[in-house]
Amino acid sequence: MPELVLQITRAGFLALLWLFVLAALRVVRSDLYAASGLRAAAPGGRRPPRGGTSKPARGGGRSGPRALIVTAGALAGTRIALDGRPIMIGRADDSTLVLDDDYASTRHARISQSGDDWYVEDLGSTNGTYLDRNKVSGPTRVPIGTPIRIGKTVIELRS
Amino acid sequence: MARPTAPGAHSGAPGAPGIERPADRTAMRPAVAAAVSTRRGVELALLAFAAVITTGALVLVEANQEQELTWALLYLGAAYLGLLAAAHLAVRKFAPYADPLVLPVAALLNGIGLVMIHRVDLARIARAASLGNSEPTQEALRQIGWTAIGLVFFVGVLAFVPDHRTLSRYGYTAGFVGLVLLALPAVLPASLSEVNGARIWIRIGPASIQPGEFAKILFVVFFASFLVVKRDLFTTAGKHFLGMTFPRPRDLGPLLVAWGVAMAVLVFESDLGTSLMFFGIVLVMLYVATERISWVIIGLSIFGAGAFAAWTFVTRVQTRVFVWLDPFADYNGRGFQVSQGLFGLATGGIGGTGLGAGRPELVPFASTDFIFTSLGEELGLVGIAALLLLYCLLATRAMRSALAVRDTFGKLLAAGLGWAIAWQVFVVVGGVINLIPNTGITAPFVSYGGSSLVANYALVALVLRVSNAARQPAAEKRPGAAPGPHQGPLAPLAEASTEMVSRDQVRTPPHGVGHQPAGRPGPGDPTDRAPRGRTRGE
Repeated sequence: MPELVLQITRAGFLALLWLFVLAALRVVRSDLYAASGLRAAAPGGRRPPRGGTSKPARGGGRSGPRALIVTAGALAGTRIALDGRPIMIGRADDSTLVLDDDYASTRHARISQSGDDWYVEDLGSTNGTYLDRNKVSGPTRVPIGTPIRIGKTVIELRS
Repeated sequence: MARPTAPGAHSGAPGAPGIERPADRTAMRPAVAAAVSTRRGVELALLAFAAVITTGALVLVEANQEQELTWALLYLGAAYLGLLAAAHLAVRKFAPYADPLVLPVAALLNGIGLVMIHRVDLARIARAASLGNSEPTQEALRQIGWTAIGLVFFVGVLAFVPDHRTLSRYGYTAGFVGLVLLALPAVLPASLSEVNGARIWIRIGPASIQPGEFAKILFVVFFASFLVVKRDLFTTAGKHFLGMTFPRPRDLGPLLVAWGVAMAVLVFESDLGTSLMFFGIVLVMLYVATERISWVIIGLSIFGAGAFAAWTFVTRVQTRVFVWLDPFADYNGRGFQVSQGLFGLATGGIGGTGLGAGRPELVPFASTDFIFTSLGEELGLVGIAALLLLYCLLATRAMRSALAVRDTFGKLLAAGLGWAIAWQVFVVVGGVINLIPNTGITAPFVSYGGSSLVANYALVALVLRVSNAARQPAAEKRPGAAPGPHQGPLAPLAEASTEMVSRDQVRTPPHGVGHQPAGRPGPGDPTDRAPRGRTRGE
């Protein structure tokens, strides 16, 4: 093969190889947010436009709670947007909020919606679920901002 | 296990902070579209691209070797694409949400390996012709057969393992079978198991298999299921020393057993590669399960001590270390292979000689253990870097599946398999460039060798299986697929719109006693086994 053709094909093949790598990296980039839990973070749009300050704009949309926030415990800072589906809390791997806490049971509590209100329900846990200071025995309505305590974890509903 | 499932999976995401910031929401919206599609089209396109590159490489080799350029080459490329398309269809059927990158990357590595093996074949045929010998067997043809068998295994694993969690039930079986496979060559008579000094083979008639390659996968399955059940054993608090939490001496048992196995492989099979592979996988899976660096340090020290002891009395290990320290000291004897490999890489330089234009056959075992010097000679640093990046991609996609999947077993399995690929590449490439003593295990997908190729296709199928579970939308989870005892509303965390906000932004209300300060996790509570930030930080 002539030298020139050899050199061109040599460089061309390396370029092709790197093109494949770059194409793969593009897929990685577009894939970055998928399957990481961020997709459902965009029921967005329903959220009222940024009108007020950091305070939630209460006048904008529905008045019910929109999110559940972990305020204390190892998962502090986690926020779960409420979309009507019940939220399972416990040590089981398929819980919505997986707790790694010796005081939590495998299936500890459920927070579910009924009408406009949200109810917390203890699922027969060993150490109990507390709404504010009171132990939860049956389904109990959860007002916005009232702490629910499970083991070392404290969560509350926010609007 | 809360951390890796929950916020850990999202920590890499930009724009996460801010509880009430709509702007951040809109920034995340494209993710919705990406999540819904299964991305199988991307996979097919990349597979076609891989087939094109492979065919191009084949044409270049034939042209440079002054062979006749015929349409047959294109047919070969088309046949390769056909094989891959069959695998792709199987993925579509059995694991529709699986990662779109894993199969194309594996296919491209395999294709380039095939071309390189064919290229070394041509050189060997030419040499045999000039010496008047009979024509040697074409390894490339056999390797194509192995590729087909590997893809059959690939499809088989996807079809017969509909849910990776079922594997956890066979953990001890897998561990036992793996141990038997690992020990078999050492027990068999040397005439059946010894090839070039290392007793890691089983030769039955014309075929020879390296059972260690399959043992690798079985061990990952075993350790994943073992660590899921027994993780508490490894996280029990011990002494704090040098800023690390050391385990109690009595908890060292399992690690010592693994160490014993690795040492036995080193001494009785005289194979540093398999030994390193095995122990490296154990250590990393322990680390993934416990997040304790002390396990790695303890493991590395006892492995180092054992390897040093082996060096003092195992001849083969002494030879390897001697060559490693100075490959040119015995250039015409023991150091010949490594020195030739280094010369080959030097000849290739940055850009390589071009496919088919080098002399890679001068290195002994140019198509198996030393295929990386062959590739380095003809593709140069630029080409080798691309290949190593492909391996990195394969490993990171497995790690990513491990982060995203929700069950602990799947996490450990995917992380272990991804690590097995990365670690094997490190041991092989490190060996041929003389960074570590040369070991003689095969480069995944690229080297000539049936068992390696088949085992790695099975491994990739398992990775796809886990990634399918990780990326599958919760609503479409098949009812019969989860044999777990848990029923009830399944709203996994990945579906529940979780996002990480920095802890300072969460106003901890003043109510409640015993609240921890928002910025830091609480002080060392003996009952709290939260792994991250505590074991190391305090």
